[in-house]
Amino acid sequence: MIPAEFEYCAPDSLQEALGLLAEGGEDAKPLAGGHSLIPLMKLRLAFPTLLVDLRRVPGLTGVSRTDGEFVIGAMTTHSVVEHSPELGLLARAAGTIADPQVRHRGTIGGSLVHGDPASDLPAVLLAAEGSVTASGPDGERSIPAGELFQDYMETAVAADEIVTEVRLPALDGWGFGYQKFNRRAEDWAMVAVSALVLARDGVCEDVRIGLTNMGSTPLRARAVEEALRGQPIDADRIASAAEQAAEGTNPVGDLNATADYKRHLARVMCRRALQEAVGAG
Amino acid sequence: MSGDGAPDGKWVGQRIRRREDPPLITGRGRYTDDITLPGQLWMSIVRSPVAHARIGSIDKSAAEAAPGVHGVFTGEDLAGDFESPLPMAWVPPGIEIKTPEHWPLARGTVNHVGDPVALVVGEDRYAVADAAELVGVDYDELPVVVDMEAALEDGAPLVHESLGTNKSHEWSLGTEPDDLEAAFQQADVVVEQRIVNHRSAPAPIEPRAVLADYRAGDLTIYSATQIPHFLRLFLALALGMTEDKIRVIAPDVGGGFGGKLQIYGEEYLACALARRLNRPVKWVETRSEHMQVTHHGRDQVDYMRVGAKRDGTIVALHSRIFGDMGAYLMLLTPLIPELGAFVMSGCYKIPAVRVDVTGVFTNKTPTDAVRGAGRPEATHMIEVTLDKLAHELGMDRLELRRRNFIPKEDFPAEVAVGVIYDSGDYHGTLDKLLTKVDEQAIKAEAPEGIVRGVGYATYTEICGLAPSRIVGPSGLGLQAGLWESALVRVHITGGVTVYTGTSPHGQGIDTTFAQIVADRFGISPELVEVVHGDTGTGPQGLNTYGSRSLAVGGEAVVRATDKVVAKIKNVVANALEASPDDIELTGDKFAVRGSPDKGMTLAEAAGAAYIAESIPEDMEPGLEETAFYDPQNFVFPFGAHACVVDLDPETGKVSVVRYVAVDDCGPAINPMIIDGQVHGGVVHGIGQALYERIHFDEHGNLVTGTFVDYALPSAAEVPSFETDRTETPSPVNALGVKGVGEAGTIAASAAVTNAVIDALRQVGVDYIDMPLSPVRVWEAIQAAKGGVAA
Amino acid sequence: MSQTVPVRLVVNGEAHELEVEPRLLLVHALRDRLGLTGTHVGCDTSNCGACTVHLDGQAVKSCTVLTVQADGSEVTTIEGLGSPEKLHPVQEAFWEHHGLQCGYCTPGMIMAGADLLKRTPDPSEEEVRRALEGNLCRCTGYHNIVKAILDAAKSGDTGQVEEPEPSQEGREAAQEFASEGLGA
Repeated sequence: MIPAEFEYCAPDSLQEALGLLAEGGEDAKPLAGGHSLIPLMKLRLAFPTLLVDLRRVPGLTGVSRTDGEFVIGAMTTHSVVEHSPELGLLARAAGTIADPQVRHRGTIGGSLVHGDPASDLPAVLLAAEGSVTASGPDGERSIPAGELFQDYMETAVAADEIVTEVRLPALDGWGFGYQKFNRRAEDWAMVAVSALVLARDGVCEDVRIGLTNMGSTPLRARAVEEALRGQPIDADRIASAAEQAAEGTNPVGDLNATADYKRHLARVMCRRALQEAVGAG
Repeated sequence: MSGDGAPDGKWVGQRIRRREDPPLITGRGRYTDDITLPGQLWMSIVRSPVAHARIGSIDKSAAEAAPGVHGVFTGEDLAGDFESPLPMAWVPPGIEIKTPEHWPLARGTVNHVGDPVALVVGEDRYAVADAAELVGVDYDELPVVVDMEAALEDGAPLVHESLGTNKSHEWSLGTEPDDLEAAFQQADVVVEQRIVNHRSAPAPIEPRAVLADYRAGDLTIYSATQIPHFLRLFLALALGMTEDKIRVIAPDVGGGFGGKLQIYGEEYLACALARRLNRPVKWVETRSEHMQVTHHGRDQVDYMRVGAKRDGTIVALHSRIFGDMGAYLMLLTPLIPELGAFVMSGCYKIPAVRVDVTGVFTNKTPTDAVRGAGRPEATHMIEVTLDKLAHELGMDRLELRRRNFIPKEDFPAEVAVGVIYDSGDYHGTLDKLLTKVDEQAIKAEAPEGIVRGVGYATYTEICGLAPSRIVGPSGLGLQAGLWESALVRVHITGGVTVYTGTSPHGQGIDTTFAQIVADRFGISPELVEVVHGDTGTGPQGLNTYGSRSLAVGGEAVVRATDKVVAKIKNVVANALEASPDDIELTGDKFAVRGSPDKGMTLAEAAGAAYIAESIPEDMEPGLEETAFYDPQNFVFPFGAHACVVDLDPETGKVSVVRYVAVDDCGPAINPMIIDGQVHGGVVHGIGQALYERIHFDEHGNLVTGTFVDYALPSAAEVPSFETDRTETPSPVNALGVKGVGEAGTIAASAAVTNAVIDALRQVGVDYIDMPLSPVRVWEAIQAAKGGVAA
Repeated sequence: MSQTVPVRLVVNGEAHELEVEPRLLLVHALRDRLGLTGTHVGCDTSNCGACTVHLDGQAVKSCTVLTVQADGSEVTTIEGLGSPEKLHPVQEAFWEHHGLQCGYCTPGMIMAGADLLKRTPDPSEEEVRRALEGNLCRCTGYHNIVKAILDAAKSGDTGQVEEPEPSQEGREAAQEFASEGLGA
């Protein structure tokens, strides 16, 4: 399987890249690692007319920490994220993406902008209440995770914008858990649950839960969060709160999982992720 | 090789590393797509996106005008290029098999998604892929039938209107119906089970590929095939040529698993184009095409009925098999369920056994042989039903098996379906298995929250295909003999080339045949080259499938080698002025018995035979012999497997955590290779049981069309395995060997399923069909709880 | 023919300059343009791993990399990992432990295994199995592949499992590429 024809450029600066993207119009796309886009192009499910390869644009890779947050270059690979334990939940989730070869090429920015609700990182960003920074013709803006994911494979990043970095609150002291359910290690999540818990003296001070593949976008399990926030946290309370994990979700059934089954998995994985987060906290 | 000499004087039985490997581990293999010929063009196929339609107009103009395109052809355009359609080789006497015409490019109608309607030939891979998208085809859609039981109902849409039915054939074997029912009358307990053995794909990692080169009347074709000699024959018939003008080469072939035991339209098309255009033409299948059009396997609905006495003695067994043929009958499509019928007695002494097979057309990809071909299905239905019977009788499942095993002393043993099992020791393999499996301890160690199940399968399979008199035109009805050939040529300086008619593609035959020949010549296997997969060399062969290469092809090599040895003895006897009867091989010398110093090595004897001045006067010079070996009976490998699964009752996810296999394929030639065959076979069976599934939606669209959805297990899904053997020689051939290529697959789906059912019984489920995917297991648990899946 | 782009690659230590369509997949550049047919294609969807090569020292699936993305990079294929005369420890172990049957997935498996040992010189069985989650084999059931990689790890020196040394010429070419713009 072979991609259809397209034009290609690899500019040396962000400004140049933005200019080329603007000129290229609707069907021009930035290219990061290509591990979301190239497979679609090979199956001829995506037909960009121009790819603006970002690999020469300086400053788009690496993980650094400012005061309260991590700044991760958009072109940072999953492999680098996976091996940055300071990133906690994000590192853990990145280590479950596809396989080592894919993690060597796929990038955090590419994955987030692709906006596939079945991929691992969107729900993690949502749970962690991170953001992406996008540059466009009118300058730079920050898009919080809660606004980033608009619909199935549709994000708030405009066609003429390029995501340059991902910002992730440091969440010092929070425990985390990541429970991904799939048939094979290499597969996308049938359902995955990201849990972040800030517990002190047995009380849940704050909690955030992200759901993967439970609707057309990544979701928060708000009902579970509310049931736990401010409450003493123990196995029973986690179990009963997790029963609400599927509230407000709208999963799509497929050959390997009916919608009912996905809701069930969300509850089970939510409980397990919370237990893991509390254990790890 | 591991050393200079065989450790105990014999190469046979040694675990030596493979001579095939050095090129393959260094990227120096030569698979079909690795070969490029000067002036080569590329072919791409335009395939039907719908499951059933009349083909309306086809607009080729845009594709023809595309850059790099040399031509666009439809089925009508190439109608004159082929004298016969794609073959189906089973014509059983007295039984009508309705066989629709199946052309390389569809004519008039398409009958499954992926059915080819046109082709594009052009300059390179990319150009023809682009142009194929530009061919416009009008489809006038027809009603679709996907489910085989629905296809048999009155008023169901017909896949082939001209046949007037979706039933391809009916065939029966074994005890007559009245006698069978009388036998069931003797039973205290009768268990029945409907078993779905779902459709799956052969999925070798190398997709198919073809490169055809026609030069001034001679055709050379490279193909990723298991059956180069059959391909040559059918190409000759289809192209109106004679076999002497056609050379088929199967270079390195990246696995077959039955998927390349086929004559495919793309092979015909590439040859026809090469002849038309006078340019080499290559086609390489994409994985997406493979999932659509390379034949599938399994896809049966089986109705099993077993009757037993209260003490566990089985008195009668009836199996009704509905086999989904898909849209066409390919080379052996309708025969596959029948192959299982021959071992429907399993390892058991059952006085009355009957198998009734019904073949059904649907608007899906044709099915045909996939690793095991009918025998995994048969073993599955026997072994799963036996566990149910044991449960019904309140009897230990292994005790039930032991009570019914054909005892060792009964062999050769004729079973109720009429075949004669050559040799067996079923208690022996099971006993050995149980030295490694302590079920109680295994279950006691189950992790918290996990339900652990242990499952067993004992099996026998029918291999050594095949005695031509039994399976040929007036016997089973195959339009072929299934003997095998070998030519053994000793060169002047003592090296040996063995030409085998088998066509291995991963089985390690180069190594095992070299071991066999080395022992008989007193040389190192390093001095033996094995040549295969090229119809331009060596005698007519019948290729590789059905675990036949060693039991039939290996025996042919033995016989040809022994003919050479007989000649050597004459040469040596003449030189030493001794009697040939007194010459024997001692170490590396053919010498007079009792005087091992005086004698000739193979090289010395070969020199003498070729120089030919000191050989007996009536002897022809040279040192090579050919043998054609037609076995007198089949061979019946057998074994006992155990599987341990951990089931998460909350999610339904099943993991195989331990798998133990004890197999008996006769004396081992190379135990390392046997273990490897078992490992791969077992994972194929685990794949069938837990992961792999070809699924079509109600419109006949293939839902599992790539490796994203078609879940081959990876290393991360399976454990390491424990394998062992017993060695019960077959009386059928000199080596006593039986074959092991399919054994793992034949046992594994039953062992896994029985393990899962063993676990599920603990949560109230007593039967479940494959694939045992998490959602299906979870739903079964919910249903057993009496609740609705919520 | 649409746009073509000049690309320079150092493959197995040798510098190559190619003029390619932007859509040319790296695996096809290696196989069809450079004649390095040891790298195979087994699927369309980045699942099977038969096409695994090392790109700047990391295992990648060359069916999912555009040749233009690899411009200025060093590529190691199975042909460059070891030679028939001097096998890489993972190649040697695959031979010794019967880690291959038909051989088609083997180059990708070996490249994935070598990549693992470079980073994790002494892996557990679990780590080996996880590292191979992106490589499919239909013949071996993985048993002997896993055994081979574990044994290669034990054979020592796995921390320095070596990529082929680029020739001096290749090294210079790589540095030159890295310092130049693409000019596209």
